[in-house]
Amino acid sequence: METLNFRFENGTRKIGLRPELVGVVSSGNLEVLIEPVDLGGACSVEIKTAARGFGAIWEAVIGDFHKRWQLADTRIAINDMGATPAVVSLRLDQAVESMVEER
Amino acid sequence: MNHSYLEANARERIAQVLDAGSFEEFLPPAQRVVSPHLGQLDAPVSFDDGVVVGRGSLFGASVFAAAQEGGFMGGAVGEVHGAKLVGLLKRAVQERATAVLVLLETGGVRLHEANAGLIAVSEVMRAVLDTRAQNIPVIVLIGGSNGCFGGMGIVARCANVIIMSEEARLAMSGPEVIETANGVEEFDSRDRALVWRTTGGKHRYLLGDCQQLVADDIAAFRGAAKEALQAFTGTSTALTLAALEAEQTMLAERIRRFGAAVDPLEIWTGLGLSEAQSHDVAMLEADAFVALAAAYRVKG
Repeated sequence: METLNFRFENGTRKIGLRPELVGVVSSGNLEVLIEPVDLGGACSVEIKTAARGFGAIWEAVIGDFHKRWQLADTRIAINDMGATPAVVSLRLDQAVESMVEER
Repeated sequence: MNHSYLEANARERIAQVLDAGSFEEFLPPAQRVVSPHLGQLDAPVSFDDGVVVGRGSLFGASVFAAAQEGGFMGGAVGEVHGAKLVGLLKRAVQERATAVLVLLETGGVRLHEANAGLIAVSEVMRAVLDTRAQNIPVIVLIGGSNGCFGGMGIVARCANVIIMSEEARLAMSGPEVIETANGVEEFDSRDRALVWRTTGGKHRYLLGDCQQLVADDIAAFRGAAKEALQAFTGTSTALTLAALEAEQTMLAERIRRFGAAVDPLEIWTGLGLSEAQSHDVAMLEADAFVALAAAYRVKG
């Protein structure tokens, strides 16, 4: 397993109040837990992945995600079992959209 | 619109089987109650340890419910996963739930967790029987692609009612386990038609191992669960000695009649279906199959 952490300061968009979980920890898939937490306007992402050595790709995928959403005071936790970058991006968007729908 | 039970995940199933918006989860993922064993083995964990538990309502009745996630380690039962099921059943007794719905999709015990997983499964069995003894019916739903196997197959048969789709499977040892242990001549696990004839919902329904056979549709499972709940209103749900003896008699009779059969097709013709009807069984939709089976099935 490998653990990766990312943090983006000064987000502009807040999310709903109820934590949401999307996806499943199965082969080629991942689960994304998204929660509102007071982080001084930041968005943090913690990834635990079964596939070691893909830090640079995660950095690019999570960076793109942050550019799309600019989330503030949001904690995201991921359990990954080798999902491809496209699947990761879709799950992250699904997680945010599940929050938006609730508001 | 038809929502496939097979293709839904555990969270989607529990949300749609219960009344819309009624489900309230105990120990939700944000509490991060994860397996203490998988991390030590450097294996991925899941924030809900592969099972969703909580309470909600079913056509207005207050019920407790659990759903196993077949995608996470095949729905296998680890220490936390099993403890969540046991805790749910105990709380259902304390709070006098109308019924407990258990949506099973599992290969059985999670071998990574060894004895802790085995003990967990046996505790679930005891909790199911304790719940029944308090006159709270336990209703099992099986319709996921992994079926229901191993110790959890026994758990299913400890419940009051089992509802299956034809895609569902229920057995003790899974096909690959039998092939590994006894050879491909005994059982070819890659012969999907044979696997479903032997363990699938229609065979279980004909043998009386499950009480309801429904289409692969979450609304159909929901309706069948309501029927089961109503059937138990005002009756005793406890396991009795008389029921155990009747079960023993039924199983002895099964062995006597069908013990020499090498294929379920022989059992079906033995039950009175014609050769042609037996060959049609696989292709019949759930309603047509249930209508056909009425005259022949063992009422379990």
